[in-house]
Amino acid sequence: MPAVQETVEQVRRIDVDQYKYGFVTDIESEKAPIGLSEDTVRYISAKKNEPEWMLAWRLEAFRRWLTMREPTWARVDYPKIDYQNAYYFSAPKKNALASLDEVDPEILRTYEKLGIPLREQEILAGVVRPEGERRVAVDAVFDSVSVATTFKAELKKAGVIFMPISEALREHPELVKKYLGSVVPITDNFFATLNSAVFSDGSFVYVPAGVRCPMELSTYFRINEKNTGQFERTLIIADKGAYVSYLEGCTAPMRDENQLHAAVVELVAHDDAEIKYSTVQNWYPGDADGKGGIFNFVTKRGDCRGARSKISWTQVETGSAITWKYPSCILRGDNSRGEFYSIAISNGRQQVDSGTKMIHLGKNTTSRIISKGISAGKSNNTYRGLVTAHRKATNARNFTNCDSLLIGNQCGAHTVPYIEAKNSSAVFEHEASTSKISEDMLFYCQQRGMSAEEATALVVNGFVKDVLQQLPMEFAVEAQKLISISLEGSVG
Amino acid sequence: MPLLEIKNLHVEVEGKKILNGLTLTIKKGQVAAIMGPNGSGKSTLAYVLAGKANYHVTEGDVLLDGASILEMKPDERAAKGVFLAFQYPVEVPGVATMTFLRTALNAQRKTRGEGELSTPEFMKLVRDTSAHLGVNQEMLRRPVNVGFSGGEKKRNEILQMAILRPRLAVLDETDSGLDIDALQIVAEGVNRLRSPERSMIVITHYQRLLNFIVPDVVHVLAKGRVVKTGGKELALELEAKGYAQYVDEAA
Amino acid sequence: MNVELRPVKTPAELALSASYADARARLPGKGAVAELREDAFRRFETRGLPHRRVEQWKYTDLRALLRDSYPLAALPDAAARAHAKNAGQVLTGVDRRRLVFVDGAFAPELSDLTEEEGLTIGSLADALAKADPLVMAHVGKVFATEDVGVALNTALMGDGAVIRIAAGVTPQRPIHLIFAAGSETPSSAFVRSLIVIEKGAKAAIIESHDGGDSQVNSALELVVGDDTQVDYVKITQGRALHIASLLATVGARAKFNSFAFTGDAALVRNQNFIRFAGENTKAAIRGVSLLRGRDHVDNTLLIEHAAPHCESREQFRSVLDGESHAVFQGKIVVQPHAQKTDAKMLTRALLLSDNAEADNKPELEIFADDVVCGHGATAGALDPGLKFYLMSRGISEKESEALLIEAFIDETIEEIAHEGIRDALKFAALKWLGSRG
Repeated sequence: MPAVQETVEQVRRIDVDQYKYGFVTDIESEKAPIGLSEDTVRYISAKKNEPEWMLAWRLEAFRRWLTMREPTWARVDYPKIDYQNAYYFSAPKKNALASLDEVDPEILRTYEKLGIPLREQEILAGVVRPEGERRVAVDAVFDSVSVATTFKAELKKAGVIFMPISEALREHPELVKKYLGSVVPITDNFFATLNSAVFSDGSFVYVPAGVRCPMELSTYFRINEKNTGQFERTLIIADKGAYVSYLEGCTAPMRDENQLHAAVVELVAHDDAEIKYSTVQNWYPGDADGKGGIFNFVTKRGDCRGARSKISWTQVETGSAITWKYPSCILRGDNSRGEFYSIAISNGRQQVDSGTKMIHLGKNTTSRIISKGISAGKSNNTYRGLVTAHRKATNARNFTNCDSLLIGNQCGAHTVPYIEAKNSSAVFEHEASTSKISEDMLFYCQQRGMSAEEATALVVNGFVKDVLQQLPMEFAVEAQKLISISLEGSVG
Repeated sequence: MPLLEIKNLHVEVEGKKILNGLTLTIKKGQVAAIMGPNGSGKSTLAYVLAGKANYHVTEGDVLLDGASILEMKPDERAAKGVFLAFQYPVEVPGVATMTFLRTALNAQRKTRGEGELSTPEFMKLVRDTSAHLGVNQEMLRRPVNVGFSGGEKKRNEILQMAILRPRLAVLDETDSGLDIDALQIVAEGVNRLRSPERSMIVITHYQRLLNFIVPDVVHVLAKGRVVKTGGKELALELEAKGYAQYVDEAA
Repeated sequence: MNVELRPVKTPAELALSASYADARARLPGKGAVAELREDAFRRFETRGLPHRRVEQWKYTDLRALLRDSYPLAALPDAAARAHAKNAGQVLTGVDRRRLVFVDGAFAPELSDLTEEEGLTIGSLADALAKADPLVMAHVGKVFATEDVGVALNTALMGDGAVIRIAAGVTPQRPIHLIFAAGSETPSSAFVRSLIVIEKGAKAAIIESHDGGDSQVNSALELVVGDDTQVDYVKITQGRALHIASLLATVGARAKFNSFAFTGDAALVRNQNFIRFAGENTKAAIRGVSLLRGRDHVDNTLLIEHAAPHCESREQFRSVLDGESHAVFQGKIVVQPHAQKTDAKMLTRALLLSDNAEADNKPELEIFADDVVCGHGATAGALDPGLKFYLMSRGISEKESEALLIEAFIDETIEEIAHEGIRDALKFAALKWLGSRG
């Protein structure tokens, strides 16, 4: 049997039903009544003891949402979502924990099963590491409410605010009010507006001027409750000269019904500030026929508001049935820089439509896009990106490289870049390629003793190396494993 | 029992017949040179032994330790000890040479039921081996063969062979594209690996390589089969007279 | 929620509907042709003029640009014909067979209709009226598309050329279709041509448009047979609002080259729908656009690889001055069975002015795995380093710029196989450069 045929067979044989993380944690939860109405919005707001202005903000979003239409331009195809047949709020009953000891042991066991890196498990378990070692703070989001926040004290010492956004609404209402919706306004798009109306919780980070956040901030998302849409809201602000690196990773339990996820992430970087946002997304992609699986409609946007600010998105997308996601940068400040590094792997019946927008508004702004798409099985994988330089964005620079790799002949790889130059001093360079995985490379690896799957994983890891390098160490190793898992299904 | 027996092998590539009843036996520890004009099927033989796709065996058999390997996948053959030093080593972008070596070695060990080497053990093995071949650490960090010179690529092949320690090494025109200094380094590397436990098939167009890797036996291949077998002096004769007579004979 | 909004009809949409209602009975062709028109018109009626929310027209919002639709052109009178006599001058000096159309109507007396073995030339209006079998077999069928620009053309097509080049024949000279504006009154013309190039034939086809204050919707259905060699050049100049659609299918082992030259044209949309239907075809789709003032030039490609082992090269360059707007949209689709497709697209925009805008959308849609496809796109100003180098050798700034722009354009024009056409277009580009303020 020819080598590539074998690979194709291997990939085809991947039994997505064996999804490693497909289990349900049995925890009592408290739910909002099914369906979506003003009452739902009021219920959520009341449950969280939100100030009046927050409720008004949500209601405005909700009314707006009623007039909006679900976007259809992406290359994704999914059954109609019945927004009235979902729960919009679910929280483990015990919340507002004083210490980690109070965390439901079930949740800790869940993290264990999820294979959260040892380091982070130790942190969750309360192990204190010697001074000076690199640390990770985990603000664990279980279903919709953050139930545990660690390393709070140390961050507090540095002046960094890292807490669930619901808590921030109580403790730092002025900051939340100032920045919430300032990057992704409530009118932005169907899914973001929905999120604005019903978001349950998420992370809030504020790094004050001149502060370099002493550790990587990390949140594990996990969708658990049946039929619960997950609407995370993340808001990260780096004040002048501040630096923060934020890691987001997620897995989801197996479910028969499609689960909707419509998160919003807003980043604000002031003068000379830098935000690095890394994601590893590994939600349940659905079974072999594409049944089940997460619908992931995410709005992520960073605003390089200040001069010389920098925002860098890195993502490894291997999960979800539908991915609709375009982490973007608004390069408003002069000399600001935006980066987007992406690995998107699709297999089975997954559909990915992802990319970025680099919107050059300020002078001397630069951006860089490196996108690596891998399609296998019967999946479709689309890169969609916009690079635009406005009249006043003199000397804007962009470099884009987007490569696609095809494994098997039943999948599709698509590239849809929009490149708009509106002034003569802008220099844009764009290159894209699509090819199949090289038979010669696979044979070379196999001749050295690697199985077809090992060879494929190795070649693919080589293909995505430029992006993997952008991830923090902890994530890079995880991501590499994930790539092998998502392509082979043989590990685990 | 001989290590390798090739019996009446007929091979087609894209509908074209390349090997026509090739028969050959390689004894344990033997170094056999295979010489022949362009298009005689030398590289095809190498690929068929390694199990490359699209090389269709229409007749005959290949036995390793008396058992056919034709149904085996390339990696299974590799685990059984078949190693091919490629004429044109393949570039694998983004994969560090070191990672590649470790993945390959551990894959073979796993298939053979041996444990994986620990990182320090592996590092020591690579360090010791690479020094002889003039392969430095920097080269090991670079992606496999990417941006390597011709000489570096061939040294990398021999390094892999030294680390994987095969029982049958097939060297496909290892001399092509090498200057005399590089050729010497590569040949020394190969000679260091000669052992009663290891057989080699040295495929070459020119006699030159055989001054450095002296074969036990020389086979002449023409039109897809062995037309003459002799001692190392046969290579010199070919160098002097050329292949013309054999091409005519085979036709 | 989710109510389909029916936009208010624009004056242009209403005028187009009125034109159709008024002309329906007079338009050539009955039966199947009339049905084809009706279908196409309904497509227009349901969708209206394409606007920026229609993805393929994103950067050329026809609904906004077409403020009013002019009445259909009347048959050209003597004055109009006299006026049109000088059209197609850009190729003066190239020995070619001229076929002239004035305000969309075939003008046999201005055309060269010398007989030539294996070459059949006629007018579309005639062919439609007498239900000519060749036209009936192909019209509206060469490349199926829902595009409204094409639909309008089909609904209102009046005249154009019908050319058949028989198997194995190589016409002695290039065939030049000259579409000229004759009338002084603003009018609109819907021209449609069909060219069938049979197996093994070799042909060079030129199509040129130089309209005044008019609106032209032109479509060419091109059937490129197996084993043919076809060079197609389209030259668009003038102040008309010009929408052109090339609908082509290319057979096996054909060599197909197309080149679109657009210079000093007010508003041009060249849309190319090309399907590779047979194996082992080699094609090059190229173009150069020179823009200034408020020119708007849109080159849009849909290249469909429907058969294995085909190679296509797409290369478009534009030079933008003033407040002009250049659009390039190139979509390469590789169908599931089109294995071993080799497709490469390259677009470059040279921006000479801060107020110009270049929008580029190269797109790949790939459903076969054993392919090599890629695209590259660049946008930017002249290389200041190069300019400085030339100036340091004593060449004036303006001249240095001109030299660099010329080099930028020539690299693509150079690819035109026919020497005469190549030189003529180089000269046209030079003229454009020379008149740069």
